[in-house]
Amino acid sequence: MQNIDWITVILYLIIVLVGWVSIYAAVYNEEHSSIFDMTQNHGKQLMWIGTSIVLAMVILMIDAKFFSTFSYLFYFLTIMLLIGVLLFGKEIAGSKSWFQIGSFSLQPAELAKFATALALAKYLSGIDKDFSRFKTKIVTAFIIMFPALLILLQHDTGSALVYTSFILVLYREGLSGNLLVLGVIVAILFVITLLINKFIVIGTIAAIFILVYFLNKTIKKRVFLLIGAFILTSMYVLSVDYVFENVLEQHQKKRINVLLGIETDIRGAGYNVHQSKIAIGSGGFSGKGFLKGTQTKFDFVPEQSTDFIFCTIGEEWGFVGSFILIVLFLALLIRLIFLAERQRSKFSRIYGYGVASVLFFHFTINLGMTIGLFPVIGIPLPYISYGGSSLLGFTILLFIFIKQDSERLELL
Amino acid sequence: MNRNLSERKYVVIAIFVIVAVIFIVRLLILQLFDDSYILSAENNVLRKITIYPNRGRIYDRNGELLVYDEAAYDLLVIPRQVKELDTVEFCRILNIPDSVFKIKMKKAKKYSRYKPSIFLEQISKQEFGYLEEKLYKFPGFYVQTRSLRKYNRPIAAHTLGYIGEVNNKEMKADSYYHQGDYIGKSGIEKFFEKELRGKKGVGVVMVDVHNRQQGSYKNGKYDTLSVPGKDHYLSIDADLQAYAEKLMQNKIGSIVAIDPETGGILAFVTSPTYDPNLLVGRVRGKNFGMLMHDSLKPLLNRAVMGRYSPGSTFKPVQALIGLQESVLRKSTSYVCYGPATTPIRCTHNHESPLQLQHAIEQSCNPYFWNVYKSIINNPKYRSVEEAYNVWRNYVMSFGFGTKFKTDIPFEVSGNVPTAEYFNKIYGKGHWNALTIRSLAIGQGEILVTPLQLANESVIIANKGYYYPPHIVEAIGSPDNIIKEFRVKKETKVKPDKFDVVREAMLEVFEGEHGTARWAKLEGVKICGKTGTVQNPHGKDHSIFVAFAPMENPKIAMSVIVENSGYGSTWAAPIASLMIEQYLNDTITRNRLEKRILDGNLISRY
Repeated sequence: MQNIDWITVILYLIIVLVGWVSIYAAVYNEEHSSIFDMTQNHGKQLMWIGTSIVLAMVILMIDAKFFSTFSYLFYFLTIMLLIGVLLFGKEIAGSKSWFQIGSFSLQPAELAKFATALALAKYLSGIDKDFSRFKTKIVTAFIIMFPALLILLQHDTGSALVYTSFILVLYREGLSGNLLVLGVIVAILFVITLLINKFIVIGTIAAIFILVYFLNKTIKKRVFLLIGAFILTSMYVLSVDYVFENVLEQHQKKRINVLLGIETDIRGAGYNVHQSKIAIGSGGFSGKGFLKGTQTKFDFVPEQSTDFIFCTIGEEWGFVGSFILIVLFLALLIRLIFLAERQRSKFSRIYGYGVASVLFFHFTINLGMTIGLFPVIGIPLPYISYGGSSLLGFTILLFIFIKQDSERLELL
Repeated sequence: MNRNLSERKYVVIAIFVIVAVIFIVRLLILQLFDDSYILSAENNVLRKITIYPNRGRIYDRNGELLVYDEAAYDLLVIPRQVKELDTVEFCRILNIPDSVFKIKMKKAKKYSRYKPSIFLEQISKQEFGYLEEKLYKFPGFYVQTRSLRKYNRPIAAHTLGYIGEVNNKEMKADSYYHQGDYIGKSGIEKFFEKELRGKKGVGVVMVDVHNRQQGSYKNGKYDTLSVPGKDHYLSIDADLQAYAEKLMQNKIGSIVAIDPETGGILAFVTSPTYDPNLLVGRVRGKNFGMLMHDSLKPLLNRAVMGRYSPGSTFKPVQALIGLQESVLRKSTSYVCYGPATTPIRCTHNHESPLQLQHAIEQSCNPYFWNVYKSIINNPKYRSVEEAYNVWRNYVMSFGFGTKFKTDIPFEVSGNVPTAEYFNKIYGKGHWNALTIRSLAIGQGEILVTPLQLANESVIIANKGYYYPPHIVEAIGSPDNIIKEFRVKKETKVKPDKFDVVREAMLEVFEGEHGTARWAKLEGVKICGKTGTVQNPHGKDHSIFVAFAPMENPKIAMSVIVENSGYGSTWAAPIASLMIEQYLNDTITRNRLEKRILDGNLISRY
């Protein structure tokens, strides 16, 4: 126990506390002014925090090998839950991703993250798992994409997208860096194609390829490769429209259009982000003060205690508060990478990277959404957003790693 | 290989840091370099609401409260909050049929489910008292107070006027007003609108996303207080006004009584009149239409808009002009042949020849034809036209033919014909005293208003001067009198000329042959003059001017009862009763009073 990394634990506790206070501020009203009022979100969150701490302690007491041993079992159980929720789940706001048990609801997708991270770590830490082998690639892809597909079937696109974050883990474990670059290029091309006439895009790409051909002597010999790459890119550009129009759902298209400024719709699809930006922007340097945020208190910002919880921080604590929060998250993420790198066991390291990647993805998408840099994708801000499943899921995710780290000297 | 891969942690950390830096830059832009979001947040949440001041109150000369703002209540509804309710009970409390409930509810829902809208307007205090007890049973319904003009006594409707919602023209003329504001539409309410209305205040409140009010912004730091309207103190005596209206019931005409010492109007009656409370609140539109279409024209203020020939009540003025022009002396006597006299016959039976005093007392027409002739044919002047203009200037100095331009609404100037007018009709040089002889006895082209006629008696009471008649004495406090209304106006007749006329007017009551002798009041010296005015629309108008007491007069007045016959029959006793009421505060001549009160002159035609 003495080997527990207290820096991570304290960062965790601070962020959880910030979350609790922010939820209180977000849903504050005079009739329920007590922060311990159990009928309100902040009261319930306090209960979830208590549960999480108990759960964290339980995890810290269990033998670290337990998690690596039963990785696949956890994975299997979560897959069962994900299938189960499709069959027996309750539909809330268009997504069928909740089990209703009494007055509480459970979201299996939140638990699937740590199970997938465990399974991935378990598989990749096996002997001879090398990305140069085709089978490794296939199995890895399956482990990641299977739960993601099931979540996609629940119409919870946001949670499904989280699984793309494992690409960082794979990169660390030897996947070609070109894949990361390729991913970035694909994303950029997608956006550019939506904004600009696609023939101009193709023309520009052609110009770049020709330029590369004349400037790089080694590539000249592989002219067919170059032409092939150009054809592929052009086809991709041409198909973006098709994908956009036929694969994405109406509200997703709208959110992307609003983000890119193609559509301005501050009453409809753009309302959330518009109000969110007003909330954060009106916070100024030092904020309006605790419980003084008008945007959140008077319900202008929707989902103000869950997905848009950052608005409350931005509005009431201003740039100073937002900056501190970003630094806290960054500190936690870098600390996790540091911890992961000091592991002697490959399992622990891969799992550690998994934790960092998932947290990073949530952090990026959630904050990016509230400040208008990403389209509205409904995923929570870890440890801050209101929600039992989310808090418990992220706590388990993190504390399994803290446990692994505390026994890093015994684990090989 | 392994060593190489561990280097990749820097790439991963770099990605983390880059994202964090992008976010921080973005936040810098949003929170520090762009102020528009602060404005947007304020636009979202801040609403300015108007705080209406209480309108100034109106008091009578004795400090009796006549007009004030009374709290009224609007019932508001927020459809979303309305639960299942007992509509039968609800409708019974509000005294509305079920169908109205359904219509109002539908209208409210159409407007907004979240925002409050008016369900029922201007519920009276009594209805509200009952509703308030039961309101807890009806969630979603709220009460909002507003004020309604309340008239304590159903008197002086035309003088006080009324208020109503501003129309587009009024809003265009003064940017102070917004849709739904109230403005004075007539009477004192209109004339003193700027002083009465006060100043609206602005409250800044916060609203939530459904536009529901959430309290004041920064503890009212940016609120401006409303300033209540100034109170107005009238010269009207409410008791006298009420009594005068009572005397005029079932009669058409007017009474104007003035305090000769100030020009303040004591009673200002036009008949038929109406209860000013009829033009307040929910019932206003309906009642206004009803009054509009009444054939007796109760909305017409005859006291200022009615134009009458003064008839014999003009004789004192004629005498005063003659005296001042030295064409008439107290002892001047003329012969009267009664009905056989030419060019103007006499309608009274009296001795002949007779002197000025008896001529006034017995209203001898031929006498005043002679007086008029001597003025117009005065050899002092080169022509009839010049003499006529001199005469006209005298008449105008008595306040005839012009407006007083004080605070009296809808005033008309009447008519004292000009020489040019006669030139046009008869041709220059082709008219003389005989041509325009009707003017000798206050008939013909001369038209006066009851207000001007009352002012004539003020002038005789004061021996030659008057203060412009007015309604409001003071604004803000009783001491803060309006100085513009206290500017003395002199006539062109010197004070010493008045005594003989006043003596004669006293004889109208006191004299053996006085035309109003049977309406005299024991113990009070009343001076008066009857008038029986021919008019083309039917029976003669009964007219009377009077003031009392003779020395140090306290009240001067005119009374006109349309189409009722002799001045002595109705107008004189009404004036006498008014004077008794005002000076003695009690009525001893009950039989006389009863005859007047019972007199229903409207059914006669």
